[in-house]
Amino acid sequence: MIKVEGLTKRYARTVAVDNISFEVAKGQIVGFLGPNGAGKTTTMRVLTCFLPPTAGAASVAGFDVLEHPIEVKRRIGYLPETPPLYPEMEVTEYLRFVGRLKGIPSADIGRRVDEVTGRCAIGDVRNKLISKLSKGYRQRVGLAQAIIHNPDVLILDEPTSGLDPKQIIEIRELLRSLAGEHTIILSTHILSEVEHTCDHVIIINQGKLVAIDTVANLTNRLRGAEAVQVEVEAADGHPDPTQVQQCLEQAPGVSRVILKDSKDGRLRFEVESLKGSRIRAELARAVVKAGWGLNELHAVGLSLEDIFLQLTAAEKGAAATKQGEKTQ
Amino acid sequence: MKNVLLICRKELRSYFASPIAYAVMAIFGLIFGWVFFNASRDFVRFTLLQSQEGGGGPVSVNDSIIRPLLGFAGTIGLFLIPMITMRVFAEEKRTGTIELLLTSPVKDAEIIIGKWLGALMLYGGVLLMSILNIALLFAWGKPDLKPVLVGYLGLLLQGGCLLAIGTLISTMTKNQIIAGIATFFICLLLWLLSWFTAFDNTLTSQVLGYLSIVTHFENFGKGVLSTKDVLFYLSLTFLSLFLTARSLESLRWRA
Repeated sequence: MIKVEGLTKRYARTVAVDNISFEVAKGQIVGFLGPNGAGKTTTMRVLTCFLPPTAGAASVAGFDVLEHPIEVKRRIGYLPETPPLYPEMEVTEYLRFVGRLKGIPSADIGRRVDEVTGRCAIGDVRNKLISKLSKGYRQRVGLAQAIIHNPDVLILDEPTSGLDPKQIIEIRELLRSLAGEHTIILSTHILSEVEHTCDHVIIINQGKLVAIDTVANLTNRLRGAEAVQVEVEAADGHPDPTQVQQCLEQAPGVSRVILKDSKDGRLRFEVESLKGSRIRAELARAVVKAGWGLNELHAVGLSLEDIFLQLTAAEKGAAATKQGEKTQ
Repeated sequence: MKNVLLICRKELRSYFASPIAYAVMAIFGLIFGWVFFNASRDFVRFTLLQSQEGGGGPVSVNDSIIRPLLGFAGTIGLFLIPMITMRVFAEEKRTGTIELLLTSPVKDAEIIIGKWLGALMLYGGVLLMSILNIALLFAWGKPDLKPVLVGYLGLLLQGGCLLAIGTLISTMTKNQIIAGIATFFICLLLWLLSWFTAFDNTLTSQVLGYLSIVTHFENFGKGVLSTKDVLFYLSLTFLSLFLTARSLESLRWRA
């Protein structure tokens, strides 16, 4: 349904999207995942014909975004990051306007508006001015606007940002109910969203494609491995972090060791194993053998979040951001 | 065409949902009414004086009231047009609704013409307010109808031209105020250019004078429909709308 090949978008000084290729089949819900500024919005804007690509090609339902923009636009429903609403209009009036703009004949417009107001649960505000609506309702009106012409492809830029938990669940359910008949791409930087709503996930970082797979595969990919948290204390109270780290790295089956915390002479590490190996016993042995105290040793699961960070953050600073996010 | 009308209707709806339409109409109605009152009072005094003292031919209502008044209506227009066009694209850019328009299956040209037509219809509505006053002259006098119609056509052409320039400027910024002020100064400049012709008669001043929006209205005011002036307004309108399309396109490449 959607085909992107070697897509590159350069702005004056920065490369927003760098040679990305992917395909989305009909009826899939695809999560477009990446930190802020990764190039998610830019990619979506290219797909919706809002921005032309610098290089590469993108097509929707077989129509190229540069060659046949009108055909592409006809098949796309788009919800930008801030819903494009006219505050001076009433909800029904706005939906009628967008519907007509998207090419719905005037005979069908009333029926379509009723349908989407029902589907997006905005029936109780249909005669209100958009400027008077709360954030949650605005988001839903935005979504109603995107599906009004029953497009083949839905492109949603952070559809749940700024909503309260109940509204988020409602939007997710709505998206689930739309899957099948529509192909959906939704961008987000919240991982649980992808875990809950999407079949496939595309991870991009700094404009580059990092991973593209099903959600299940991606979580399984590292499930064979385990992550263990280890807290080590030295008898003299001042263990040398590099020494301990080296020691842990040398234990059989260990793939990498990250220093997470160091406080009052205690060092906390996160140790990841190679696929299929069990390292807890080995770690305990190594620590005791070296004469340090083993305060704590327990397995931590690898969430999609960890996978995401592993994939996106190669540099050292990654551990710090991860810590920051966990405490939030 | 369907899309043009759709966008035009939406534009008119927005004008009347905000205070802009009412403000513009009220300002115009007040100023025009006051000037109309003064002009007709002076005219009545003058004709009374003339009938007492005798002498002189009959005085034309067209020449002494309607013509200067229509010219004056155009001048007020110069000040009102920035208020009408400043939000046209700037507001859509600021709130992000431009993304809705540009990702909908409509052509850029349809969006631009729809918006310009909406603005022109509002301006036409503003001019309609002056018809109330002019109608009084027809009720109590016998002015010629044709020069009045040609005059209004001229006002619409002149307005359409300035509205197109305002629309162009509105695509260049997100800030309504900046769009309004820039449009105002350009309108003012195009108006002041007519003064150059007054000083000397060199080629430069002739060219600059020709570019002035106001000099081309003089014939319309007299009731003369000259192709030269109609073409001037139409071509400047077309040029501005064409540049608006280019500016909108460059928005996509830069954004």
